[in-house]
Amino acid sequence: MLQRPYASGPSLPDTSRLVRVLKLELKGITKRFGSLVANDHIDVVVEPGQIHCLLGENGAGKSTLMNVLYGLYEPTEGEILIDDKPVTFRGPGDAMAAGIGMVHQHFMLVPVFTVAENVALGAETTKTGGFLDLDDTRRKIREISDRYGFDVDPDALIEDLPVGVQQRVEIIKALVRDAKVLILDEPTAVLTPQDTDELLDIMRQLKSHGTSIVFISHKLREVKAVSDTITVIRRGKVVGSADPGASTTELASMMVGRAVSLTLDKAPANPQETTFEVKNLTVIAPNGQHVVDGISFGIARGEILAVAGVQGNGQTELTEAILGLHERVHGSITLDGEELVGRSVKEVLNAGVGFVPEDRSLDGLIGTFSIAENLILDRYDQAPFAKGISMSPAKVLENAKTRIAEFDVRTPSGSLAAGTLSGGNQQKVVMARELSRPLRLFIASQPTRGVDVGSIEFLHKRIVAERDHGTPVMIVSTELDEVIELADRIAVLYKGRLVGIVPAGTGRDVLGLMMAGVSPDEAQADAAGRHSARSLSENPAANAAENPAGTPAEKPATKPAMNPAPAAPSVQEPGSGAVGDPHE
Amino acid sequence: MSTTATSPVEGKPQPEKNHRPTVSAKPVTWKLPVTLAVLATIAFIFFGLLGPQANAKFGVSSSGDFFQLPAIEVPAFLSGMVLSLILLVLAGYALVLKARANRRPPRWVPAVFTVVFVVAFLIWVVGGARTPSISLAGLIAGSVTLAVPIVFGSLSGVLCERAGVVNIAIEGQLLGGAFTAALVASLTHNPYLGLLAAAVAGALVSVVLAVFSIKYVVNQIIVGVVLNVLVSGLTGFLFTTVMQSDPEKYNSPAELPIIDIPVLSSIPVIGPILFKQSVVGYLMYVAVIVIWVALFKTKWGLRVRAVGEHPQAADTLGIKVNATRFWNVTLGGAVAGIGGSFFTLVAIDSFTKEISGGRGFIALAAMILGRWNPIGAFFAALLFGFADNLQSIVTIIGTPVPSQFMAMLPYVVTVFAVAGLVGRSRPPAADGIPYIKG
Repeated sequence: MLQRPYASGPSLPDTSRLVRVLKLELKGITKRFGSLVANDHIDVVVEPGQIHCLLGENGAGKSTLMNVLYGLYEPTEGEILIDDKPVTFRGPGDAMAAGIGMVHQHFMLVPVFTVAENVALGAETTKTGGFLDLDDTRRKIREISDRYGFDVDPDALIEDLPVGVQQRVEIIKALVRDAKVLILDEPTAVLTPQDTDELLDIMRQLKSHGTSIVFISHKLREVKAVSDTITVIRRGKVVGSADPGASTTELASMMVGRAVSLTLDKAPANPQETTFEVKNLTVIAPNGQHVVDGISFGIARGEILAVAGVQGNGQTELTEAILGLHERVHGSITLDGEELVGRSVKEVLNAGVGFVPEDRSLDGLIGTFSIAENLILDRYDQAPFAKGISMSPAKVLENAKTRIAEFDVRTPSGSLAAGTLSGGNQQKVVMARELSRPLRLFIASQPTRGVDVGSIEFLHKRIVAERDHGTPVMIVSTELDEVIELADRIAVLYKGRLVGIVPAGTGRDVLGLMMAGVSPDEAQADAAGRHSARSLSENPAANAAENPAGTPAEKPATKPAMNPAPAAPSVQEPGSGAVGDPHE
Repeated sequence: MSTTATSPVEGKPQPEKNHRPTVSAKPVTWKLPVTLAVLATIAFIFFGLLGPQANAKFGVSSSGDFFQLPAIEVPAFLSGMVLSLILLVLAGYALVLKARANRRPPRWVPAVFTVVFVVAFLIWVVGGARTPSISLAGLIAGSVTLAVPIVFGSLSGVLCERAGVVNIAIEGQLLGGAFTAALVASLTHNPYLGLLAAAVAGALVSVVLAVFSIKYVVNQIIVGVVLNVLVSGLTGFLFTTVMQSDPEKYNSPAELPIIDIPVLSSIPVIGPILFKQSVVGYLMYVAVIVIWVALFKTKWGLRVRAVGEHPQAADTLGIKVNATRFWNVTLGGAVAGIGGSFFTLVAIDSFTKEISGGRGFIALAAMILGRWNPIGAFFAALLFGFADNLQSIVTIIGTPVPSQFMAMLPYVVTVFAVAGLVGRSRPPAADGIPYIKG
């Protein structure tokens, strides 16, 4: 297990290496948690040297299946076969010894350790007496890093590295352990579009070196770009397999179980006067960091401003500051000329601000309270729900009935605990509460995170309806698809600063560059350069070769584009659904 | 960057990629410069302007040394003035740096400030005493002696918390060790058996902590506090019922001899500290070094630290998180138990109720001040030992300051050290959080 991953050094051609490839088969895997069936007799065969995609919505059971395969869960029924021989994994150690590596959705890296320490952990090379021999690990890291062009410094601290590099460290970890099958669990969730492109390219490289990959995703665009085989999972069951050539609408309807519309019918915005204004807003975190740094923008009535950016670039703090949840806030926030900075949360809400927080189970709902109670969390002390010091349960239930019908919350009764609802229905409850009073500003943070496709459609329509009603709307989303879908204007945040505000219809690669901190003008120029190169041919590899060495802002020229379609300049690319682009 | 990392020129331009996705650096605050200025002003008023007129005398050598250094004698008023002026200059420097350049002062500034402040304080206290003379060698040797149980206690804390279990029960482990050492050494007339028994007793206290906090996932702090009360009650009960029934038989432990290494122990000042100790004293130095090396240089240590920082990551790499924690907590208990034996086998020749006197909690503070690092914890414990010893010496020579205030000294040092001056230190990320699989 601790031997060097490959027999030859990086200088030799790949074809000369003899790599033991391995066929992996999951047969009738069933996993139950109490009465919940997370996996129901799942059969999957991963052929050697293939990229096999498991496609399914959030909560379909993909991650559970992979945790079974990686030895973290024991299956209730079924067996795992490696090269047609049944194996049992008692823990991740067994799975790793069998040649299976996993990159978890939330990275399993110790932030205060160096890259080398993280890679060594659990498979340490030692000198006599148990002393660590990190030099050996460093050498292995450099070897793999060189072979795949990872550019990873073995002595860097993990917490100082950007997410994209951290992910490569995770891949190195698996390769050092001689993984033949690499499981990538929602690997693109935390990446910028550029990092995603690079990751897909790394996956192709790994494949060409003989590593099989199990790619778990719900993003059709990426799945189509890289997979050899697609297995679709819905509600814990395999509902079929598909060819990567299948259309996105086809894949989406397999995933959801019914025909879905991937585009939002949205009338053009009709912006009126600007009533919400943020000027020079700075938010200082308890550790002294300026998490929001001198941001100014305005939102007009009847328009949606979408705030894009990779997670952790100040979006959360921006919305929380508007709501009055932060103490150290400088600058001004005005709504209809009224100053909101320094007001209490209650005063801000009463001023007509509706707020959908990014984490509904943590900040949006009280899971153990009933749906009806959750629907009045903001107005429990006002008529008609309160009379003096007593509450009026009848009125609360009555309100719940109307809201449940109006927002299509799938539940037998309003008196059930909100925590028992599915993600999509929980989000509908939060949205119903926030939209049920007259608003002068509506803020929704990650409005459809972890929500099923059917509910996404519904929630997006409600947001647009609120805009058409003449409310300034601010959407914060890390899903670029969603931003493109909803926005009338797009603001991009990077490290707490506003990179720029661009009109709807700006290309996704321009936005992607802006999300990495490149100014809008440079991003436009750079993206235009890449498009002219790409349009020469449909073959991405050939394109890459012809791509001129670009500005310093340009991505590595050797990386083929993720979307190989001969795209028109993407500024004209139509808005796409949150699950993929139907126009491909 | 490493040698293999491609430089940006070589065709992989990656703008903005080597930055963290978080925001600008930590701003410089006024906290440190203002604190220094206030302390310097206090020093100037008391040590300088209101300083005593007598001469303060500090003996350096003790009679056993192979060469004698003359005692240092300084005029208290003059040196108080000079030293407090230095303090004012240092504080001013920090203030100017903040105001002009918005920079924090270099690290040596607070360090030098602390040393000068302590020296000025010593001169002021001794100069104002009835007998203005103390032995510096005695002061330091006594500090080490008082620090021994604290060092062992803080090492126990380091071992437990690095693996992710909060050990509030250090006090109980020290006390359990002290009691068992006294009992076993009395019954067997063998202090080494007493020492061994102390380690076992400390480990047993720890096993209870481990079982409840790891297996039954009871809140670690509550288990720790309960254990302290339990051990205190149990040893108190056994002391009155058993030990006091026949003190000759049950409570007159054989003492651990002081092992005097010839020649080396005669070096002035440091000789007695390093080379004239009991087995427990020597074990302390060994334990500090061994635990440091083990934690930071070995495979075992890497795994322990991973378990304390990110247990899930360790688990996905096939490391048994809860087993690692269990053994670490047990080992920590044994280490604290040995520290407890110092009370009854070296310092005092019999057990009394509550003999540990809260040093387990000071040890916890030393661990934090030492930033969960064995060597840091060692020096922090020495600082507490110094404060403790200074307090008793100063009371003996008779100072103008009421002795009650001097008795507060170790605790004042604790509060300042942990709360303010050193800044916030970062505990292991999973410290105190139970790991439940699944």
